[in-house]
Amino acid sequence: MLCAGPGGGSNDVQWCFSQVKGAIDDDVAEADIISTVEFNQSGELLATGDKGGRVVIFQQEQESKNKLQCRGEYNVYSTFQSHEPEFDYLKSLEIEEKINKIRWLPQKNAAHFLLSTNDKTIKLWKISERDKRPEGYNLKEEDGQYRDPNTVTTLRVPVFRPMDLMVEASPRRVFANAHTYHINSISVNSDCETYLSADDLRVNLWHLEITDRSFNIVDIKPANMEDLTEVITAAEFHPNQCNTFVYSSSKGTIRLCDMRAAALCDSHAKLFEEPEDPNNRSFFSEIISSISDVKFSHSGRYMMTRDYLSVKIWDLNMESRPVETYQVHEYLRSKLCSLYENDCIFDKFECCWNGNDSVVMTGSYNNFFRMFDRGYQQDMTLEASRENSKPRSVLKPRKVSTGGKRKKDEISVDSLDFNKKILHTAWHPLDNIIAVATTNNLYIFQDKLI
Amino acid sequence: MISTMECAVDAQSLISISLMKIHNSRTQRGGIKLHKNLLVSYVLRNARQVYIKEKYAEIYRMQQYEEVMTVCNEIQELNPLDLEAEDAEDEEQARAACCVEEASACGSPCHRGAAHCRTAGTVAGCSLLEDGCKEPEPSYYRSCCMEAPPAPLCEQCPANSSAHCNKTTVLDLDTHVVTTVENGYLHQDCCCDALQCGQSAQSPAKKRKVEFGFCASDAEEAPDFTAARKRAKREDCSYSAPDYTDTSNISNLISIFGSGFSGLLSRQADLEQICSKQALASLGAWTRAIV
Repeated sequence: MLCAGPGGGSNDVQWCFSQVKGAIDDDVAEADIISTVEFNQSGELLATGDKGGRVVIFQQEQESKNKLQCRGEYNVYSTFQSHEPEFDYLKSLEIEEKINKIRWLPQKNAAHFLLSTNDKTIKLWKISERDKRPEGYNLKEEDGQYRDPNTVTTLRVPVFRPMDLMVEASPRRVFANAHTYHINSISVNSDCETYLSADDLRVNLWHLEITDRSFNIVDIKPANMEDLTEVITAAEFHPNQCNTFVYSSSKGTIRLCDMRAAALCDSHAKLFEEPEDPNNRSFFSEIISSISDVKFSHSGRYMMTRDYLSVKIWDLNMESRPVETYQVHEYLRSKLCSLYENDCIFDKFECCWNGNDSVVMTGSYNNFFRMFDRGYQQDMTLEASRENSKPRSVLKPRKVSTGGKRKKDEISVDSLDFNKKILHTAWHPLDNIIAVATTNNLYIFQDKLI
Repeated sequence: MISTMECAVDAQSLISISLMKIHNSRTQRGGIKLHKNLLVSYVLRNARQVYIKEKYAEIYRMQQYEEVMTVCNEIQELNPLDLEAEDAEDEEQARAACCVEEASACGSPCHRGAAHCRTAGTVAGCSLLEDGCKEPEPSYYRSCCMEAPPAPLCEQCPANSSAHCNKTTVLDLDTHVVTTVENGYLHQDCCCDALQCGQSAQSPAKKRKVEFGFCASDAEEAPDFTAARKRAKREDCSYSAPDYTDTSNISNLISIFGSGFSGLLSRQADLEQICSKQALASLGAWTRAIV
């Protein structure tokens, strides 16, 4: 499924620019910074959250035989303010409205449901369409004014008439006051009834219908906070087994837990950990081993973790080490001190699988993003930039020169722009369409259809 | 943009950068990020470990240098005709410091020291150096370095390159008490001990040049070692030996030098400030014996 470059590879896929959403000007308002990207289960809807607490949902147009490309474009479907800034008066702390994660619920009826969360509160939103409205009321005028009942001489039955499509987003549930620390993950269970939310030290289990109660299933807070050595960085339910979930830690470990074993899953069923290479020991070893994202494969057999420099694929049946490791930007290893100074070393990159688990993708700096084809053992670096934004233009693979001599078209490590980072990427579950978020723009790429 | 030159991975600067990050996190929107601060604390811990190791190593190296300078000075002062009265007293102290040392099994440093003493005509005191050197109290010995005398020290002992210098027999002339002290690890305080190793064989001219080079960075410092010792003598030594820990040693050094450890090598006088009073007092005992 992965393009090996023009003229190369046996399973050629060429990635082309499709669309870009967002403001063009370079002056980025902080509220517009994209903080999460997520396709729904059918891929028809693409949701983004930003630092300003807004959610923007794009919908793919129905395929049209008239257009050259057979895939529909993504257009804005709904925009709403999910979270507002809040103030915790007890602790004198401001609660950011930034959307940390969005997760779609499997669709059950005409409406769409998604969970969105900031640092403290999770909300269930219903996104529904209205394309008809009732007309012909007896006691109400068409403009809404009430009629004097004495003037009514005949009765009629109101009927539904078509109207312009209106997409409404309404908050159906608010799940609040369950997290002392900052929420980093939410994950919907395959039973479609429950979901988990994880903060730095705890994982809670919720029922989608019940907002005033949640069950704590993992608690790693030590009795004495001075003994704290690790925090939870991400958590996810298994895609098929409703009793299984994993959570990753800042120490580079992943724990798989079985909710059938005990009410409190502090003791893990499996512990996935790779021993540290002593040759790579540095001041920053702990930072770069911290896992920023964990994702199950669609099959449920594997899981992928992202740390600062690499992506690792784990087989759930083997805890001792990952089955595959891909270096995302190993050339940064010698730059860790500078990256620590400018805080880039704390960037939390996400990762994602393609629909059939054959390719994984993650972001990097300079608006580069990387794909790793597991089957063909090939990797590719592409760039999301306005310069490559001619419709259907094929993206040229990029290369960072690590040696002394820089070839033509290569970029030296020192020329990389570390302010342009791709932290969030998403892959359409059924098709070769990817959504890549730069700081404040959303790029949509798709494979070239002949 | 990251600078072209990779920043120097300096433990001390990492510590200050990390502390700055922790401080700034308190005013960041959204409250203190537990994860980030935990990671910063790991960097802080790693940098601190390296910093402490480096500082101990540096102090130890500096002590070595000082011992060498003491011996050099000893040799220079062998000619009494060149000396003023006040300097004579310093010489005695310098000689005493030279003689008060960790004698190795090889014994050659002390013999050398004894030779110096004899040459200077102080047979009585130095004849006692046969077995070792005077060690009134264990606390007299250097304390800054936590490590056992490493190999480099003994490399400079020509007669015995493999054995650590770790045993000293001392006769206190005042109390006529003989003490045998084993010091693999360092005891409390005072950098003023004079572990003798091969460099005593160096020519006086060469030593003086070395000394001057170290002191060149500080205009206030007298290039003359003896002058520096005079200044040190006059100053109060405010730390009592038994309670003097290495940590407070370092912190005192830091307070002496202000912001950093740079230039430490040139501040021999300051080092002597932190020697214990007893150490200086014991020098006085020697002077009486020698004179």
